[in-house]
Amino acid sequence: MIPTSIGASSSESGVAEMRRLISRHKTWDWLFGLLGTLALLFATVVFAALFGQMLVNGAPHLSWEFFTSFPSRRAASAGILSAWVGTILVMLVTAIVAVPLGIGAGIYLEEYARKNLLTDIIEINVTNLAGVPSIIYGLLALGLFVYQFGLGQSIAAAGLTLALLILPVVIVATREAIRTIPQNIREGAYACGSSKWQVVSHHIIPYSLPGIMTGVIIGLARAIGETAPIITIGALTFIAFLPPSPFSNPEQLISFEWLLAPFTVMPIQMFNWISRPEEAFQANAAAAGLVLLLMTLSMNALAIWIRYHFRKRIKW
Amino acid sequence: MSSILPLKHPPGTLAATPGALPQGWSAARLRRRLAERAIETLLMLAALVSVFTTAAIVAILVWESVVFFRTVPLLDFLTDTQWTPLFDDAHFGIIALLSGTLTTTIVALLVAVPLGTILAIYLSEFAPFRVREVAKPFLELLGGIPTIVYGYFALLFVTPVLQKIYPELPGFNMLSAGLVMGIMIIPYVSSLSEDAMRAVPMHMREASYAMGATRLQTAVFVVTPAALSGLASSYILGISRAVGETMVVAIAAGMQPNFSFNPTEPAATITAYIVQVALGDLPHGSIGYQTIFAAGLTLLLITLVFNIIGHFLRKRFREAY
Repeated sequence: MIPTSIGASSSESGVAEMRRLISRHKTWDWLFGLLGTLALLFATVVFAALFGQMLVNGAPHLSWEFFTSFPSRRAASAGILSAWVGTILVMLVTAIVAVPLGIGAGIYLEEYARKNLLTDIIEINVTNLAGVPSIIYGLLALGLFVYQFGLGQSIAAAGLTLALLILPVVIVATREAIRTIPQNIREGAYACGSSKWQVVSHHIIPYSLPGIMTGVIIGLARAIGETAPIITIGALTFIAFLPPSPFSNPEQLISFEWLLAPFTVMPIQMFNWISRPEEAFQANAAAAGLVLLLMTLSMNALAIWIRYHFRKRIKW
Repeated sequence: MSSILPLKHPPGTLAATPGALPQGWSAARLRRRLAERAIETLLMLAALVSVFTTAAIVAILVWESVVFFRTVPLLDFLTDTQWTPLFDDAHFGIIALLSGTLTTTIVALLVAVPLGTILAIYLSEFAPFRVREVAKPFLELLGGIPTIVYGYFALLFVTPVLQKIYPELPGFNMLSAGLVMGIMIIPYVSSLSEDAMRAVPMHMREASYAMGATRLQTAVFVVTPAALSGLASSYILGISRAVGETMVVAIAAGMQPNFSFNPTEPAATITAYIVQVALGDLPHGSIGYQTIFAAGLTLLLITLVFNIIGHFLRKRFREAY
């Protein structure tokens, strides 16, 4: 590896030796390139194996019935209706809570916050929360939402938990998006007599929207697949009914009863099926995993696409 | 931070001295001022949610753990090698869970550190532009796969494959869980490491090339040492991820606490234990209920230490250039 000293003689042998040295080093370079390609190949093979196994075991199970029937004791007739409805409702709560809070916090830290102790404390907290294991959020939710706030093991408790979990993702994405906006945009707006909030709402938010959207989608994709905190809340694993519809009560226009309803979500349903010994249920787990995988992968792909698409388009 | 603003208080916003309103302001102007203040306060509250979250996590874990340590002496908790909190003969030795956590984490690191580093060096110093453009989003996608899916993969694909090589391997084992966990954190390690390498200024590479070094020599002897603190931080944060990983170990390593460092045995990690207890029906306030908070507090402290070290190292490579 380390070049050996080469005789300063410009004789034939010296030149030949130098050539040998160079070709040896070039070989090393080439070998490392190969190693890197192999590492990438390994990742690809693992992904293919993971996806392939899900596909082989799960795809035969995917049918209209699988999406429209409740879980059951008989593997063949069990479906994921309550799971995907639960997932959508929980995600709705998560998004409604996390998006405004995350964007607001991001805007505050980038546009309003002065350099002081409070700002430092907030920054350190956001960084730290991003590194807290998700199951800890589950324990927080169990102690705070389930028992202290008396929400019980409900859609609202799960939605709030996942919202807190993805908050750092949304905050960081918002801040990064805002940072790319050049200063002269702000100055131009102020020069026209805008107030601070007008600058933020007319310029900063619209221009950073693609970046923010990317963060929100990635965060939600993470939340969809999160299992540990929901288990910790104590969400039931066998739910053979749907939460009450928001339009079920004729007295009210929209009722919020469903917020406090017990529920199950896709990953919980899958975990429940994995833990059963029968082969047939594992095929169900594969099918549920396939649906989950397609959901999260397509969301992540969408986020990546948005990022690349807008990065090309922006010309300040 | 918007500290680049030359105008500390742009026209139309309040100066830092609230209440000092100039004379002769119209009511409409005053209303606008107040609205601006209200908006700023609202945004600040949104930012403070993260602080409240941290405070609530610490408060709840400590509160429940204090109750727990009234019945279980701290010394027993740290030295007993059995963890059987729900048996009649109850033992509360966290070591039995820590051993599982440590073993799976080490196996995961043996996979993720070499592969993640090779990928980072390759993508940052070697890969053609086209390859990088495809590889980076692909690795990101890998990082976006739900952990429950990885758990399924570990139990029903990796374990059977390992059993073909080593027939005595039990169905639940730490090896398979650790390997899959390692694969799971490769994208994480490689992307952070690559960021650190890209932060190394170009002129260092150019100087190295000018001395006649090859690409590999430059990568190994110039770029890697320069990015060392960044690489270290990516490993440390990878450790933190592995320690806190839940579903893969709960599914593939079993949930039986077992004081052992042998990866071919089944064992429970701290996280797997919490899952196991949460799956059962636990009366609020029982000793079993409190154990998961004590276990959670232990987990939080471990990850916190690693996160702080990692954060400190990251700061160092950011400031180096």
